[in-house]
Amino acid sequence: MNEPILRVIKRESMSFKGKLLVRAVSLILALLVCGIVITLITGYNPITVYVTMAQGAFGTKTRAWSTIKEMLMLSCIAIGLAPAFKMKFWNVGAEGQILIGGIVSAGCMIYLSNIGNAGLFVLMCILSALAGSLWAFLPALFKAKFNTNETLFTLMMNYVAIQLTSYFVAKWENPVGSNTVGVINQSGHEGWFPKIFGTQYFISLIMVIILAVFMHIYLRYTKHGYEIAVVGESENTARYAGISVPKVVIRTVLLSGAICGVAGFMAVAGASHTISTSTAGGRGFTAIIVAWLAKFDSATMLLISLLLAFLNSGSSEIASKCHLNDYASKIVIGIILFFILGSEFFINYKLVRGKKGEKK
Amino acid sequence: MAAITFEHISKRFGSVNANSDVSFSVNKGEILALLGENGSGKTTLMNMLSGIYYPDEGRILVDDKPVSIRGPREAYALGIGMVHQHFKLVDVFTAAENLVVGLEPDKKLDRKEIAADIKEICDKYKFDVNPDKKVYDMSVSEKQTLEIVKVLYRGANILILDEPTAVLTPQETERLFNVLRNMKQDGKTVIIITHKLHEVLSISDRVAILRKGEYIETVETAEATEEKLTELMVGKKVDLEIERPEIEDKKLRLEVRNLSCINNEGIKILKDISFDLYGGEILGIAGISGNGQKELLEAIAGLNLIEEGGSVKYHQPDTEDPVELKGMTPRRIRDLGVQLSFVPEDRLGMGLVGSMGMTENMMLKDYNSGRGIFTSKKAPKELAEKIMEELEVVTPGVTTPVRRLSGGNVQKVLVGREIAASPTVLMTAYAVRGLDINTSYTIYHLLNEQKKKGVAVIYVGEDLDVLLALCDRILVLCGGQANGILDGRTADKQEVGRRMSVIVGKEGEGHE
Repeated sequence: MNEPILRVIKRESMSFKGKLLVRAVSLILALLVCGIVITLITGYNPITVYVTMAQGAFGTKTRAWSTIKEMLMLSCIAIGLAPAFKMKFWNVGAEGQILIGGIVSAGCMIYLSNIGNAGLFVLMCILSALAGSLWAFLPALFKAKFNTNETLFTLMMNYVAIQLTSYFVAKWENPVGSNTVGVINQSGHEGWFPKIFGTQYFISLIMVIILAVFMHIYLRYTKHGYEIAVVGESENTARYAGISVPKVVIRTVLLSGAICGVAGFMAVAGASHTISTSTAGGRGFTAIIVAWLAKFDSATMLLISLLLAFLNSGSSEIASKCHLNDYASKIVIGIILFFILGSEFFINYKLVRGKKGEKK
Repeated sequence: MAAITFEHISKRFGSVNANSDVSFSVNKGEILALLGENGSGKTTLMNMLSGIYYPDEGRILVDDKPVSIRGPREAYALGIGMVHQHFKLVDVFTAAENLVVGLEPDKKLDRKEIAADIKEICDKYKFDVNPDKKVYDMSVSEKQTLEIVKVLYRGANILILDEPTAVLTPQETERLFNVLRNMKQDGKTVIIITHKLHEVLSISDRVAILRKGEYIETVETAEATEEKLTELMVGKKVDLEIERPEIEDKKLRLEVRNLSCINNEGIKILKDISFDLYGGEILGIAGISGNGQKELLEAIAGLNLIEEGGSVKYHQPDTEDPVELKGMTPRRIRDLGVQLSFVPEDRLGMGLVGSMGMTENMMLKDYNSGRGIFTSKKAPKELAEKIMEELEVVTPGVTTPVRRLSGGNVQKVLVGREIAASPTVLMTAYAVRGLDINTSYTIYHLLNEQKKKGVAVIYVGEDLDVLLALCDRILVLCGGQANGILDGRTADKQEVGRRMSVIVGKEGEGHE
């Protein structure tokens, strides 16, 4: 008889320790494989490469804050996406919602620079949240009323947002002919996040922490959060329970868009002080991975954002130090993500070789 | 001579032993009934025979030769074919196309030849299949026939049928059994999985019994009785009597008049249904599945839009004032103080939230009742613990996602919650589907308790024997129409079966 060599068997459940172990092993394997790949391509000692990575991410104060800035952006967007995805509303339109929030913030900085910093700050925050909401509202409305596919709708809204951004970049071009907006309010810093403890990112940090705590409580302990969980599990159950599904869908997506809009505000007023079509820079998609990997848990989202931000800055550092191009660092990120995602398989299933205890 | 022999077969899923050390054999040319409660491992064992699973331990012998069956194709090569409980047909294909789907493409698709082959098989075993009919146009019984023809067309000598009668009327069941007898005469070996005892007794030669994944024994059908088989299946003596207490004081609770509904596809799924429902009675609803049972209950519960002209009047217990429920959402109905409880067919897809624990499921209908923006989990937790204790729900804890519980325990959670809401009307759809005998009897008992309290109970069921034993009156649905209301004490099973498939004249439509 020819026996199958390996068979896949579903696991009952795994202890917390077991899960931790699987994930740790997957990370170690990822680093090993990366090391081998790096050595084969470049001939460098992998340990040097990892040290370079760590230096790239946290080597100096500036670099550390830059990594943290990246992490905060990702976290903020992921926190925004979490309620939508928990409701199984596939909001892949964070890019557009961020851009719209960013445009509104930039607009406020340009046109309302004379109303005083505190007022401007609050106004920008509110308006960019509203703009993000509006961008998410259209797909939500169509989903609720006509059951259209929100994945395509939100995705296409991204392109509209990108075109709008191009328009405003052309309109606000400075200096003329540069095809960029340049740094807004370079001299007076109107609308810029003020520096606290020597960094302008401190306010972003506080904002993200507040959002994370808010989202944690909102999803777990409020009636709204309960409704989101029920709708996400089954619309029929929601109707059976007397929940108005369209209402919950629209309300939740408005919230999701608002937080993504705030992320745009953070990107413009809190970091780059300019707006361009790459202000969102694909973070709206990366954040989807963050939200899902964390299973919508706020604290875990922060951790995963940190890991991704670290990989990002670390790998671009090895790219430049080791004279590799950008793609090489993408390969490294790809390998590490592959192993982390792959570890989920081993948490849910196990492999068994042949038959155990064959009876003759 | 043995067609199939199982030797020390074991199969585990996680920590669950689906089969442990099962050994028995199936004789050539016999009809063997595989009997066991839900979760006893019947389907798992047959899936190993048909190549869907692979045993962890032990081996299978076909014609006394050890074999390794690693996929359905290899099973077919050995002449083993299985008709699954959930049909595996392509809806948009014709009967003939479904037969050849997945076969080795070594020859051209010759429709004439296939049609001739189908005709030959049909003539031989007295089937009726139209090769050019599309599957989406077929009734459940036609689809099942096609599945059996498919298996025969692929050259199976050993047929496995997984609960084939669950979806059939008594008449269709009898027709299927005749076909099976013809096959047996032709020398085919048939294994039939079922938990309906009277069918086991009428069709099989021998009965193999599984209990909790273990093989108990094989008995000759001629020497078996329902009581003996139940005892072997459950492991202890079970009283198969269902009580039907008499309630004197019946009060009108629901008045349903000319109720019609249109489903999502725009098809009229309920046509002009009228009936009364009284407190202190159990009204059974019989019908082949998909004939409007689900939609009827959902319409009353405010989940389906009722067409113009229909009405559902609810009579309050204290004031007897009728309240019109038509056009109201479930929440509005609840806010009016109508105590309507509903155990839907789809337990985890409608009645409960699978990813949540018992506690959070308890608050599904009244999470919104307290003040403020936060949910309160104190009362739901107490209720969850009470239900867990009183109905003996087997779960690691009240926070374990209910999806992880077994079917019977899931149903206890759902029924427990709906009864705890102290309803005046309790609607249940397929309340015992998939439950083992003990849990089923617990549910019958709970429903009778509610009836004694004066609750108006609707019981949508599929087992006619149970409907006839439990219900005071039985409303038969056929094609979305009310096809008569029969008295549960005097109704005859054949008559109910006939009304499930054929609309009878107007004289059968009286309300009492």
